[in-house]
Amino acid sequence: METTFTPFASLSGGVLIGIASVLLMLMLGRVFGATGVLAGFFSPSSGQDFSWRAALLAGMVSGPLALLLLTGEMPTVQVPVSYPMLMIGGLIVGVGVTYGGGCTSGHGVCGMARLSPRSFVATISFMIATFITVFVVRHLLGA
Amino acid sequence: MRLFATYLIGLIFGVGISISGMANPAKVLNFFDVFGTWDPSLIFVMGGAVVVTFIGYRLVLGRSAPLMDTTFHLPTRRDLDLRLIGGSAVFGVGWGIAGFCPGGALPALGTGRMEVIVFTIALVAGIFLAKFLQNRGAAKAASA
Repeated sequence: METTFTPFASLSGGVLIGIASVLLMLMLGRVFGATGVLAGFFSPSSGQDFSWRAALLAGMVSGPLALLLLTGEMPTVQVPVSYPMLMIGGLIVGVGVTYGGGCTSGHGVCGMARLSPRSFVATISFMIATFITVFVVRHLLGA
Repeated sequence: MRLFATYLIGLIFGVGISISGMANPAKVLNFFDVFGTWDPSLIFVMGGAVVVTFIGYRLVLGRSAPLMDTTFHLPTRRDLDLRLIGGSAVFGVGWGIAGFCPGGALPALGTGRMEVIVFTIALVAGIFLAKFLQNRGAAKAASA
């Protein structure tokens, strides 16, 4: 499935992600990692720990609706993946980010911005693995 | 006030993800498909996000404390272990199969699309599975 090259939209989105990450550090002193926020939401250390995670997640989920109100359009979500593969992929992602201690936001953005050696290594590791997986799925298995 | 500010920060992130293309698996998978239908857009997402965060953190982390908490909660580990590298590689395999990462899927939940809901349920199940395996491993190590 072809997609259009959108450098300006992607850069603007990236800048907003960066602003949100900086603001979360400024306000709560926390790294903006989707994995950590989500995992902690299900096993919070206290009531207050639960409430900020719930508020942050609620804000994240409101993103598409806010975009609809601002621009009149929902974000484009095209899923060229079957339901069984979404389930298998989701399960694998959940296991991987838990052992790896983060994902694209936590390691790839916040960790890299902090020049954390662990985050650099994690980001290189998952980028290579994703690249290889997409190559295998699309060009060797021909899905 | 604290929760409302946190909600707005999540909203900025959610709008950013929605605009960026990270919530769109077709775009994510094409970013990695250099030998097929390549779409390099997402390098601009990471570039923009990392540069802004790098500069912003320099300013913020010079403070003695955040505005709404008594201390910064920063990861302190600097060692590189197999769990970090292997876990991240496993994440990459799942990302390459499904096209969603956690930060892309959570805002995408707001579209109400069934594919995102199914992926997110599986994601949470995977997190619980890994925590269960980790706890069992720790219990075994403690009793050995």
